[in-house]
Amino acid sequence: MTRYRLAFAITGAVAMLFPVYWMVVTAISSSADMRGPGLHLWPTSVRWENLTDPLSKFPYGMWAVNSVFIAVVAVVLTVVINLMAGYAFAKLRFPGRNVLFILIISTLMVPVQVVMVPQFHLVVDFGLIGSDWGVIVPRLAEAFGLFMARQFMMAIPDELIEAAQCDGSSQWRIFRTVVLPLCRPLIAVLVIFTFMWRWNEFAWPLIVLKDPESYTLQVGLLFLKNQYGQDYGSLMAMSLLSMIPMIIVFALFQRHFVEGMARSGIK
Amino acid sequence: MATVRTRRAREALTGLAFAAPAVAVFAVFMFWPLIQVFWISLQQTRGFGLAKWVGLQNYEEILSDKIFWTALWNTALYTAISVPLCLVAGLAAALLLNKRMPARGLIRAIYYLPAVISGVSSALIGAWLFNEDIGLVNRILDVVGLGPIPWQSEGVPALLSLVAISLWIGLGFNMVVYLAALQGIPREVFEAARCDGASRWATLRRITVPQLGPTTFFLIVIGIINSFQVFDIVYVMTGGGPGNSTTMLVTYAYSAGFEQRQQGYASAIGVVLYLIVLVMTIVQWRVNKRRDVA
Repeated sequence: MTRYRLAFAITGAVAMLFPVYWMVVTAISSSADMRGPGLHLWPTSVRWENLTDPLSKFPYGMWAVNSVFIAVVAVVLTVVINLMAGYAFAKLRFPGRNVLFILIISTLMVPVQVVMVPQFHLVVDFGLIGSDWGVIVPRLAEAFGLFMARQFMMAIPDELIEAAQCDGSSQWRIFRTVVLPLCRPLIAVLVIFTFMWRWNEFAWPLIVLKDPESYTLQVGLLFLKNQYGQDYGSLMAMSLLSMIPMIIVFALFQRHFVEGMARSGIK
Repeated sequence: MATVRTRRAREALTGLAFAAPAVAVFAVFMFWPLIQVFWISLQQTRGFGLAKWVGLQNYEEILSDKIFWTALWNTALYTAISVPLCLVAGLAAALLLNKRMPARGLIRAIYYLPAVISGVSSALIGAWLFNEDIGLVNRILDVVGLGPIPWQSEGVPALLSLVAISLWIGLGFNMVVYLAALQGIPREVFEAARCDGASRWATLRRITVPQLGPTTFFLIVIGIINSFQVFDIVYVMTGGGPGNSTTMLVTYAYSAGFEQRQQGYASAIGVVLYLIVLVMTIVQWRVNKRRDVA
């Protein structure tokens, strides 16, 4: 029984991995090989032009720089905002706290597409159309991260904070020296998920960014799809390149991904 | 007394200061747009600036807009196929990987991997695999003798190819949530069933699945809400085609708002989408509440 179970599990894993494997095969094969007669599931020759050709013809490097900039800045700002707000909503009493928290959490169920037109108008009014900041700023309102931060900080014992208060520490100091060091697992989850969302985001940058030089990788891939048509070699190579950062992050922090996801699922 | 009051006042001020950045971005980029979207949906806008007040005309147009109803039907059909598939596949994977086995962690990670790949990259793989003329799926079907399937030139196969990719992406999330829920079922329940001589199948049907009820319900609601917002894979893989046979609510709203520049109309579609998701959230909330009471 155990052996059958393992066999099933491995078959499933092979099936799940196959599309990615097929991307790799396509990325290094010539398109004649992929179209030609006879079906083979492995590469018969290696063609590096699939990689070098698009890199020399299109501003792929710029797209990568834009993607990195947007993801990194968005992660830093979002995580700082959410940690601070999480602390306020979990540990500090101030007027309107509960109402504000409920209002913020209720935006969890609002599909982003519902507000895309008004958000677009705002970005136009602020003069941010076509700029990285137009992609970053509206997405700083991230309710899921704020919710996770608050839940996590609720579990920090009040005594720790009160003891620090008796020593005469300011709240800002307590937050930095007492609370944040306890929040490492939380920060890991927030960083990983925010990075993934911003790196993979497509619809919003598609709306905001107009000039091909300013594209992110995801929008750039769509641009390449329209350029290459049926020639999938280069497209798969560029798509693979764009996945590398996510795959590395996933490989390193796999446990956090799975735990974070599971935690979002059981409430 | 005075010191208590000043301490409270100071705590309130600090609290507001800590919450201020979050409150500010939510106020400007979520709450205000949520009010605005109703306002814009009552206007006729083409391009920038030129807005005309038209009352409920956009909503009347929606009611008689064939493409809107097609998009709603496609979204519902896509949801009705992909959500149960993801659910069953996720449960099967969770049951399979809940027992000890060699390399279990690695296998779980592989099942989850597609969830971290971007929608665009997933859609590009899908477009390539399901390419009608030279894609691998049809080439294999050809070898096996099941003939080429018109994944790109006919509506139903095109929708099914989207479902296949959504299954590949969504299976891992359902599996992870089910695995967490399986940990929560008390071991004694299974031991009692085994002592009573229950078969594996009976245990699954009579014990495991009912115990997982709340999780299944949660996953169905999340699945429906997510499918109603599907955009990336549709826009990149089929572009809504052939014809409008894979146009979804959100891709339609996008093309109305940002390709045809009828942003009032797009906002009205957004409001309708909002109402649909709202109803689903309320249903979930009420069912959960009833369950907590019972």
